[in-house]
Order: sequence, then structure tokens, then C-alpha cells
Amino acid sequence: MSEMKKIKNLKEFSTSADRFEGANLLCPGCAHSIIVREVLNATNDDLVLAASTGCLEVCTAVYPYTSWDASWIHIGFENGSTAVAGAEAMYKALKNKGRLKQPDRNPKFVAFGGDGASYDIGFQWISGCMERGHNMMYVVLDNEVYANTGGQRSSSTPIGASATTTPAGRVSYGETKNKKDMMSIMAAHHIPYAAQVAPNKWKDMVKKIQHGMEVDGPVFINAVSPCTTEWKFDPKDTMHITDLATDSLVFPLYEIIDGHELNITYRPKNVVPVEEYLAAQGRFKHLFKDEYKYLIKEWQERVDANWAYLNRREEARV
Amino acid sequence: MAFDKMELRDIEVWDGNFAAAQALRQCQIDVVSAYPITPSTPIVEGYAKFLADNYIEGEFVMVESEHAAMSGCIGASAAGGRVATATSSQGFALMVETLYQASGMRLPIVLNVVNRALAAPLNVNGDHSDMYLGRDSGWIQLDAYSPQEAYDLNFIAFRVAEDHDVRLPCMVHQDGFMTSHTAQGVKTMDDDTAYSFVGDFKPMNDMLDFEHPVTHGVQTEEDWHFEHKARQHNDLMTKVMPKIQTAFDDFEKLTGRKYNIVEKYDMEDADIAVVCMGTSVETAREVAKEMRGKGVKAGVVGLRVIRPFPFFEVQEALKDVKAIAALDRSSPNGAPGMLFNELAGALYNTDTKALLSGYVYGLGGRDLTKKHLTDLYSELQANVDAGKVLTPLQQFIGVRGPKLQFL
Ligand SMILES: Cc1ncc(C[n+]2csc(CCOP(=O)(O)OP(=O)(O)O)c2C)c(N)n1
Ligand code: SF4
Repeated sequence: MSEMKKIKNLKEFSTSADRFEGANLLCPGCAHSIIVREVLNATNDDLVLAASTGCLEVCTAVYPYTSWDASWIHIGFENGSTAVAGAEAMYKALKNKGRLKQPDRNPKFVAFGGDGASYDIGFQWISGCMERGHNMMYVVLDNEVYANTGGQRSSSTPIGASATTTPAGRVSYGETKNKKDMMSIMAAHHIPYAAQVAPNKWKDMVKKIQHGMEVDGPVFINAVSPCTTEWKFDPKDTMHITDLATDSLVFPLYEIIDGHELNITYRPKNVVPVEEYLAAQGRFKHLFKDEYKYLIKEWQERVDANWAYLNRREEARV
Repeated sequence: MAFDKMELRDIEVWDGNFAAAQALRQCQIDVVSAYPITPSTPIVEGYAKFLADNYIEGEFVMVESEHAAMSGCIGASAAGGRVATATSSQGFALMVETLYQASGMRLPIVLNVVNRALAAPLNVNGDHSDMYLGRDSGWIQLDAYSPQEAYDLNFIAFRVAEDHDVRLPCMVHQDGFMTSHTAQGVKTMDDDTAYSFVGDFKPMNDMLDFEHPVTHGVQTEEDWHFEHKARQHNDLMTKVMPKIQTAFDDFEKLTGRKYNIVEKYDMEDADIAVVCMGTSVETAREVAKEMRGKGVKAGVVGLRVIRPFPFFEVQEALKDVKAIAALDRSSPNGAPGMLFNELAGALYNTDTKALLSGYVYGLGGRDLTKKHLTDLYSELQANVDAGKVLTPLQQFIGVRGPKLQFL
């Protein structure tokens, strides 16, 4: 096993590896690029990366340019996970046969996908990869919407968000379904590690990514990725919005080990009301009309209930 | 090497699936990523068993669908090793998106397609509907008519696909059940001889070379997409045939078994010719021989390479005939069959005045009998005598009920 990278502070961390260039076409303020850099910078190991079709892919590998200074592959919208699984299988085969060009290297295999690519169309492929136990990490850039195609709902889009296929209108408050609980579903594959991370809590994220890269077997990471364009906030506010997401507990940070042992990894000192999180984003603007105020109350109740559930799971130590 | 060699007799009794599996073993495939479907399943089961018995070293990834099977093959191939899989019919259809991705990324994957009808109605038997579905996907397509050929053409497939001038994936077709499940004597090569024909895999732009990281599967828009596609198409059209020919020549030197891009039978002085693929080639040859006995100058042209389409070889083979029947084993659905169309395209600007008619046969595993072909040759001869096509352009052979024909 290779030496784990030591990171002293944010300044050093942010410049400690440049395998993902700032030269890319992502929107200013896009959290995808921050998350990707945090994942890549958490390790000095060689990397074999994949991305599913989506904002990250179309903005970082536009021929004849590439933002990636590590081996990277894109196949399609649904199969980024399996691309990495195939590469990992080839690595094993060539290692056993003594045919690796650099046999002393210990590469990590990581696939990135949007929530659309992961919660929806690529769901089966990810499930297959997790079940088969590939030594790989799957990272969801969870911006709760199909951003690349202009803001259609995904099964990660939360209740009340206005998306182009579930728009708020005269008789609609937008998305009517609850966000899919991918963490539970993935943990139910009894994989060694699953975790939710957020780019603002970078130390927590580095710890989880490093842990994930060291375990043997499939790892699932769900990263909240505020999207300035579809969530409708000012590009300078990405980290502010992320703070609201984690501190309101709308996006709680926790990990699940071996499919059952749940640890909450961040407990905000001052929990922010959900209303503040919603109010900061254009996609929820209509919820502040009188007739939809009850939805904000329901939102808070749902978040509270989920937090209580996570705490019970943690306490139970099962 | 850590795996065991397998002792083979000079002639083994194998069906087409097992013959293909043996070829995969002897080529020492590094990764097979696969999903089962009748009638191709035994190919990847064979690989798995060889692995289990230590006759091969590699990884078998049993994925959850055919789309994932080819996705895994793409990732594995981009990582830099020898990759193969097999499928049929609906599995092939589910793979189609990834077939374009594999060829567009120039990855030398070999796919054994055991041809089978496409649903609905659901049918597990052989026809060429799936083969035709793959014809625009940028893959090289070779066609085996027998278990022997299923064995041999796999070696040819790896040789050509992995050539650094080519770098295009390759399918090897065989007829569902008729070839895949019919055991025949197959002349074998010993393991070392077989492996020496394909040689060691030579990676190019592999993701596991960490000194030279690569970006695979980029985005291109109108500024570059056309160039990529045109180059891929150009390479397929201009570079592949000479490589196939060289591989055939080398294979003949090694084994004495001769293959041709277009297989001509009794074509030297033929007046009438049937053009077909798969197991029907052998039946057509039998019938042509009998027709010769009756004084009819009958010949058969079998396509060995479907993509790239062998224009020049087909033109040459058919230049002196007076009537041609294109035999399509797929339902054309809205147009004359693919073979009919392609022959028309290939022959249009030539001097041939041959009368061309199309026949659809054998859908869903329906037999093509000698009687069908005897009648067909008689129709062709009648066309020659009349100096025009007397029947509709497209007919269905042996379908029950009122006669179906059009155009
Ligand atoms: C098979 C297929 N269906 C649909 C699309 C169109 N498509 C491309 S990206 C995308 C949405 C991406 O959303 P997500 O995965 O959430 O990533 P994001 O762009 O939000 O980062 C869609 C629908 C496609 N490329 N392939
Ligand atoms: S649309 Fe959203 S996810 Fe896509 S690049 Fe812009 S900010 Fe990032």
C-alpha cells in the first residue's frame, strides 16, 4: 500500500497537485471543479479516471484540449462506472501476467458522474460495479439536476425545486417527489465504504477520500455540488450555498462502513433553518408564496426527521 | 507462463461456439467482460471454464447487461490489453450505443456475434438481423460459415484489429445454432503456433502507462467531429482490406487453410450467381454443383468480409454474370435487403448488365432447402433467357400463406 498523502493546510492543499487544470469550460462558480480537484489532490497515487456524459465531461475534454493530466476516459452517459471497472480488471490481469509497464505503481480507479448519470440512467451500471466488488471509487457530483442538458429534473432533484421538466407554474410548485436516497441504496450493496461529502468541508472530504482510496473494494461518494446556473445563485456564492447545505443539515455529512456502521462526521455548531438554504436559491423562489409556505415547513420536518434517523443509526452502532 | 497448455488433437469435434472459445483461449485474452444470451453464451462460458481450469490467465467480468459488457470491454481495452466478448440478437441491440463508442475510440476489441433474429416476435434462432444492425457502427465484420471458420477467423480478427495502422474493433459472425451448436471436425493449431499468429498485444495510448497519461473519448463539435469520423471511415475503407488480405495469406502459410475476402465458387464461367453469407453459402454451393450437372452455369459468391464492404472484389467476381440473386437473411423493413442494396451500389458504375433480384430467406431460423435454391437458380436462368427480371425485385423464400413479394 502506498504512503498516504499528508496535507497541512488549505493553501498547500489547493496547489498540491495539478492533475485537473483550471483551464476548463465549467461555469464560473461551478462546484464540480472544486470537488474534482479535492478528490485528485487528496492523493499522490497514479489515477485512472472516468467521467460520464455531463457538465464535467463536456467542459474538460474538448478536442484538441484536455484539462486532465491523468489517464481519463469517457464512454457515455451511463457507463463511466463500468469503464473504470473494465480498466481495473485489465490492471489486475496485466499485473498477474507481469505485463504492467510500471509494475511498482499502485493506481487508484475513480469514476465521476452527475446525479443524472448516477441516480438515474447509470444506476444499474453502478450497482453492478458495487456488487462485483471492483477496487474503485464512484463519485457523484450531486447538483440535483441534469445541468448539462439545461436543467431537467433528476431523481435527485428535491421536492419543490423548479426544473425545466418539473417547472413551477400557476398550478405547480415544481418537483413533487422526494430525492432518492442513494446512500442507503449503495450501502445496501454492503460495500466497504460510502460517504457524503461537501466541498466546503474539505478536511472531512480529504479524510473520506483518503480512506476510500485505501480500502479494498468499491467505494461510493456522494458530493453535494451547488450549480450556480440551475440553482440560480451568484457564482461568488458557491461556498456560501454549500455552507448553508451542510449547516442546515439538508445535506448531512456522514459515512457508512461495510454497509451498516454509520458515523456522522460533521455536526454544525449552529444549525441553520432550512428556510435560509431555500431562500438563497432561485430554484425555490416560488416556495415563498403564501400558498406554498407549508412546503417549507414540511421541508424542515423532513430534514429534522432524517437527522434524527441518522443519529439513531449512529447511536445504535449496528 | 503460469497457465497450462492444452493438448489438442489435430482434428477436434467442436461446435462453432466452442471453436470460438478455444480461439479466445489460444489468443490469451486478458479481459472478457460478458453477459449471456442464446445462442452465443457458450463462448464466454468456455472462456470462464478455461480460466477455472488454469488454461488461461486473465479476468472474466460477468457484468449485468450487454451494454455494460461492451462498456467494460472499452475500459479494459483502453487500459491496454487484449479484450473480447460475445453476444447475439437483443444483447447485440442493447450494445449498439457502445459499438459506436468502441470504434470511435479506435479500440481493437473482438466481438463474436452468433447471429440471431431480433424480437418481436421473440425468437432464439439464427438469422442476420443483428448482423445488419451492426453494419454502420464502424466495426470490421468477418463472417464464418462453419465451426472451422469460427475458429480461424478469430485469429484473423485479432491480427487485423490490433494492427496499429488499423486499431478498429472487429466482429466475427457465425450463424446461430446452425454453426454455433453444430459439432464438426475442426482442424486445430497447437497453443504456441496459434498464439504466435496473433503475437503479444502491443498497447498504444494505454491508460495504465502512468508516464504518459491519455484522454480517451473526448468531445468534438463541428470543428473536429467531421474530421474524426471521416478519418475513421477512410481508414476502414482503405487500410483494412489489405491488412485482412495479408492476414489471410499469412494464415494460409501457417495452416494451409485459404480464405478470401470474397469466396467464389464456380464463378469462372458462371452465367448466374447467388450472393449470400453464413451457412447458406455451403447449401448454395451444393445446389450450384447440381445445376452444373444439368448444364446450368451456376456459381456462388460468399461474402467473407461484410464491413468494409468488398466493392472491388464483388465487382470482379460478378463482372461476367448475366443474373444475380442477393440473398438476405434479415427482414429489410421498408426497403430491399441490405445485400441487394449494396450489390446494386457496387455494380452500378460497372459495365455489368447483370439482372439483379433480391430474396429474403430463413428468418428466425427457417431452413433454406436445396429445393428453394434449385427453384431460385431456375428463376435466374429464366431471367437470363428473357433478358429481364420476370419476378418482382424482392421475394420471400418459403414463407407460408399468400406469396409475399414487392417492387
Ligand atoms: C443515453 C443518453 N441519454 C441522454 C443523453 C443526454 N444527456 C447528456 S448529459 C445529460 C444530463 C447530465 O446530468 P447529470 O448527470 O446530472 O450531470 P450534470 O451535467 O448535472 O453535471 C443528459 C440528459 C446522453 N448523452 N446519453
Ligand atoms: S451548469 Fe452547473 S454544473 Fe454545469 S458547469 Fe455550470 S455550474 Fe457547473
